[in-house]
Amino acid sequence: MSKHSPKTRWERLTDNDIMWSFLSSPGAISAAVVSSIIILACLFAPLIAPFDPFDPAQISLWDGKLPPSWAEGGQSQYVLGTDNQGRDMLSTILYGGRLSILVGLAAICLGMVMGVTLGVIAGYVGGATEAVIMRLADVQLTIPGILLAILINGVGRAALPLELREEFAIYVVIIAIGLTDWPQFARVARGATLVEANKEYVQAARIIGLPSWLIMLRHILPNTMRPILVIATIGLALAIIAEATLSFLGQGIPPTTPSLGTLIRVGNEYLFSGLWWITLFPAVALIVLVFSVNLLGDWLRDALNPKLR
Amino acid sequence: MLSFILKRLAQSLLVMAIVSAVSFSLFNFVGDPVNNMVGQDATREQRVEIRQQLGLDDPILTQYTRFVGNMLQSDFGLSYRIKRPVDDLILERLPATLELVFVSAIISLFLGITLGIYTGIRRNSWSSRIILSSSLAGVSLPTFVIGIALIYLFAVHLRWLPSSGRAGTVDFGWWKTSLLTVDGWRSIVLPAVTLSLFQLTLILRLVRAEMLEVMRTDFIKFARARGLTERAINFRHALRNTLVPVITIIGLNIGGLIAFSVVTETVFQWPGTGLMFIQAVDFVDVPIMAAYLVLVALLFVIINLIVDILYFVVDPRIRLGG
Repeated sequence: MSKHSPKTRWERLTDNDIMWSFLSSPGAISAAVVSSIIILACLFAPLIAPFDPFDPAQISLWDGKLPPSWAEGGQSQYVLGTDNQGRDMLSTILYGGRLSILVGLAAICLGMVMGVTLGVIAGYVGGATEAVIMRLADVQLTIPGILLAILINGVGRAALPLELREEFAIYVVIIAIGLTDWPQFARVARGATLVEANKEYVQAARIIGLPSWLIMLRHILPNTMRPILVIATIGLALAIIAEATLSFLGQGIPPTTPSLGTLIRVGNEYLFSGLWWITLFPAVALIVLVFSVNLLGDWLRDALNPKLR
Repeated sequence: MLSFILKRLAQSLLVMAIVSAVSFSLFNFVGDPVNNMVGQDATREQRVEIRQQLGLDDPILTQYTRFVGNMLQSDFGLSYRIKRPVDDLILERLPATLELVFVSAIISLFLGITLGIYTGIRRNSWSSRIILSSSLAGVSLPTFVIGIALIYLFAVHLRWLPSSGRAGTVDFGWWKTSLLTVDGWRSIVLPAVTLSLFQLTLILRLVRAEMLEVMRTDFIKFARARGLTERAINFRHALRNTLVPVITIIGLNIGGLIAFSVVTETVFQWPGTGLMFIQAVDFVDVPIMAAYLVLVALLFVIINLIVDILYFVVDPRIRLGG
């Protein structure tokens, strides 16, 4: 850069290497567009959805099991048909997707906060603390996440009294998935911390006598965020799959407030009677959502990797 | 070498101790074991008597020691729901899971390694690109969705294969196998393919990446410079060096297959241990849950131990680097 004119925040956001890499990658742009459309549509489901699937006044059993509007016997007000209880599929999918995304986000945030905290502490403090934390992460990483989530979730569900199970199922799922995610974050955060802790600005902060927690929070943490962001994006896709899997197994979100996984589970029971749309549309929504978030994560990983530039 | 193995052993024992503590605490925190044994109308005295008989008033540490002692003799008590010894139930169900995992492992390893090598050698050909892009889809598809799709196609639409269950088993002592009859194979095909697809794409990508890596090394360039045939370079030099990581792949693969067998077994109602665990959670059948936790932890500890040791034996760099 020839001139050192101070940049506005907007310029700093748009005029940098990551933005450039984003704008020159058509795959990344389309993935971002698709995933933001889905995520926004789901988050604003109450405003967009043609029906409210939780409002008994809008549901009529007479309209149950209607095929999509273009198929024979379909009605135009139910674009994607209706499910066994007469709920509009499109609305149910939007509401279900909202739940899936929120659970995924909450779980990944839990895993991220836990993992990054432990990772930065491990990297900065070192010694026995580091050994214990990282060994724990190593051991946990030898067990596949989905299995661990199923086990933790199962134990959590069983620990709840029967009458509270449906009510708290969503929190159990979030905790189960979050707990399986932390080691990845801890590893990356520790690695980044080890690099940063030896740099001069950290030494300077130490010399002027800042307390360790402040150095970790204000100086080291912001510099570990780039790689963490990559893991969080890919982790979000995995968390959404994990939630869907748990719900499909009947161990997750209850059918009264269905998520995408619950919808697929319910629809699966009607597959044999030829009511394919009850399963197919939630499944397609899930796959497109996961696929686009995955693509976004892949691009982000390449864009933030200095070796590949 | 010895200290390495001892370290790993100590780590494995630690894992087992933690897992057994978790399963032990399940018995104490989840439900009241006495309630599960006596009816609603048992008197207070009867309850107290049973508590004492079961040793539930002993100190926690004594109870835990007893639990571990029983565990080592594979005694997990009676299932709350089915009222039969849990170890019998698990032994009944284990062959189903192991056969499913075995068949899936063969499919995913064979196809994954073959296709991985192929796409690694012919990396710019059309077929490689098609294989690679479909493998990307395979990574994004949740296992249970693949299962549903296969059921719809082959069981509902084409009616070629059964959609669920395990038919045509033959008794082989206590081991019921489904690998000896046509019906048995027909019922294992769909779950095994479903279970193997995700691992297949994973292995394919790992082997391909490894192959490309090796192809860039100096000794391959040197082999080219010596004028060796492509065939000799690909199979005698490159392939051999990609096979070291394949050992860990096998370990990861079997671990992943065991993990996802819970999902596949539920989709296909395959009567294995995973389905048993899911059902046990629904009925809060603590003895089965505890036994399954310990079983899974044991399987993973054993797999990882074997992989670590094999890695150590095969790769001299780790041995020398210590």
